[in-house]
Amino acid sequence: MVKMYLSNVMLDPERLTAIAQSSLLPLVKGALYYTIPLTIITFLLGLILAILTALARLSGVKVLEIIARVYVSAIRGTPLLVQLFIIFYGLPNLGITIDPFPAAVIGFSLNVGAYASEIIRAAILSIPKGQWEAAYSLGMTYGQTLRRVVFPQAARVSVPPLSNTFISLVKDTSLASLILVAEMFRKAQEIASTNYEFLLLYTEAGLIYWVICFLLSIVQGRIEERLNRYIAR
Amino acid sequence: MISVQGLYKQFGDVEVLKGIDLTVDKGKVIVIIGPSGSGKTTFLRCLNVLEIPTKGKISIGDRQLDFSQNMTKRDIHEFRRLTGMVFQNYNLFPHMTALENVMEGPVTVKREAKEQARQKAMALLTKVGLADKAHHYPFQLSGGQQQRVGIARALAMEPEVMLFDEPTSALDPELVGEVLKVMKDLANEGMTMVIVTHEMRFAKEVADEVIFMDGGFIVERGTPQQLFTNPQHERTKKFLQLIQ
Ligand SMILES: Nc1ncnc2c1ncn2[C@@H]1O[C@H](COP(=O)(O)OP(=O)(O)OP(=O)(O)O)[C@@H](O)[C@H]1O
Ligand SMILES: [Mg+2]
Repeated sequence: MVKMYLSNVMLDPERLTAIAQSSLLPLVKGALYYTIPLTIITFLLGLILAILTALARLSGVKVLEIIARVYVSAIRGTPLLVQLFIIFYGLPNLGITIDPFPAAVIGFSLNVGAYASEIIRAAILSIPKGQWEAAYSLGMTYGQTLRRVVFPQAARVSVPPLSNTFISLVKDTSLASLILVAEMFRKAQEIASTNYEFLLLYTEAGLIYWVICFLLSIVQGRIEERLNRYIAR
Repeated sequence: MISVQGLYKQFGDVEVLKGIDLTVDKGKVIVIIGPSGSGKTTFLRCLNVLEIPTKGKISIGDRQLDFSQNMTKRDIHEFRRLTGMVFQNYNLFPHMTALENVMEGPVTVKREAKEQARQKAMALLTKVGLADKAHHYPFQLSGGQQQRVGIARALAMEPEVMLFDEPTSALDPELVGEVLKVMKDLANEGMTMVIVTHEMRFAKEVADEVIFMDGGFIVERGTPQQLFTNPQHERTKKFLQLIQ
C-alpha cells in the first residue's frame, strides 16, 4: 500500500506540485478568513473575560468569587469539543440557534477566558504588596493602581504562559471544523474528500499551522524582550 | 498640623496600637524610636491610612478622619494625599524610569499636564541630586539613589506631611549619609516630618522632638536632649542602653 502510494504521488513530482498548488490557495484562504480571525477575536474576548474573572476571584466579594470559581472549574473540567457541541448543536433545542462562526467565537472565548484567568490571577498575585502600597500612598485608586502599576508588571510575567494559550488556540480552532466553520482544516477535509489525497492535504494543513505558530513564537520573543527592558540582566 | 486622638489598631485579636495621642506642629520634625514590634510602622501606616485604625481620629491641616464613623473610599484617598510615604524598601515602580516614577502621582492622580509634571519632577530629582539619573530604571540605581527617588516621588504630590519608615535601614552603611542629607535639607525647608529611624545621631541633630514607643503606647516624648540624656521611664532607659 505504502509503496503504491509513494509510486503514485511522491515519485511523481509533477502531480505532487499540481495537487499542492491547487489546494494551497483554498487552505491559505481558510486560514486568512477563518482560522486567524477566529484566533485573534477569541483571544481578545477571552483575555477580557480572563481579566474580569481574575479580578472577581481576587475581589474579596464572596458571590463574585464563587461565580468565577464555578466558571473556571466547569470550563477546565469539560472537553472543548463538548462545549462547542453544546453551543452549536445543543442550544437549538432551547430555540437558540447560533451560526457556526459566532458559536465558535463564544466557545473558544469562554475556554480562553477560563484558562487565561488563572494565568492572570497568578501574575497579579506575584506583584509585591509594596507596589500596591506605594501606589495607594500616592493617592491612586484601585483602578489606577491596576492600570498603571500592577498590569504593566503582571504583563511581563504572563506573556510566556499567555503565548502558550494563544498558540494552543491557533491549533484548537481546527476543532471548529466539527461545527461547520469553513476554517483551514475543514477546507483540507473537503478537498481531500474529493481527491482522496488525505496524507498530502492533512500534511499541508499541518505545515501551515506550523508556519503560523512559528511566526507567533517570533512575535512572542519580541514582546518578551520589550517587556524585560526594565529588568536587571 | 497633625493631631491624633485615641488611635487604636487591632489585627485580629492582637491590639497593636493602644490609644495613641499626639499633636505635631507645622514644620516640626518628629522622630519615633522603639523596640521591634512596638507599633511604629503600624502607626505611620495609619497616618497614611494604608491601615484603617480600629478607632480614633486623625486630623491633618483642616481635614479630619474619624475612624469610629463610616467613611467613603474617596475620603480615604483624599486624606492619603495629605501625607507622603517613604518606605523602607523604596517600593519604586520597576517598570518606570526615575523621572516617570516621580511624574506618576501628579499625572495619574492630580491629572497634571505631562510637560508640567515632567519639569516639576526634573526639579525634584535635581533637588535630591539625581538629575543625571532621570532616565535610569530602578534596577540601574543604588539603594541610596532609589530611596532618594522615593523621596522625590512622595514630594511630587506636595503633601503637607512626609512620613518615613526606616528609610535608611535597608541601605549599605556608606549610602545612608546621602539619604539623611536629603532629609535634613527637607527639614531645614520647613517640611513637617514624622520619621521612624534607628539613626540616633540624625535624631539628635534634626529632630524637634523624639518619641519613644513601646507595646503600642507612646511611653515618653521630649526634645532629643531630654530624651537621650535624661529619660524618665525605665523602659526608655533600657532601650537606649540596648542601642548604644
Ligand atoms: N498586617 C498585620 N497582620 C497582623 N499583625 C501585624 C500586621 N502588621 C503588623 N502586625 C503586628 O503588629 C505588631 C507591630 O508591628 P509594627 O510593624 O508596627 O512594629 P514596628 O515597631 O514597626 O517594628 P520594627 O521595628 O520591627 O519595624 C507586630 O507584633 C506585628 O507582628
Ligand atoms: Mg517597622
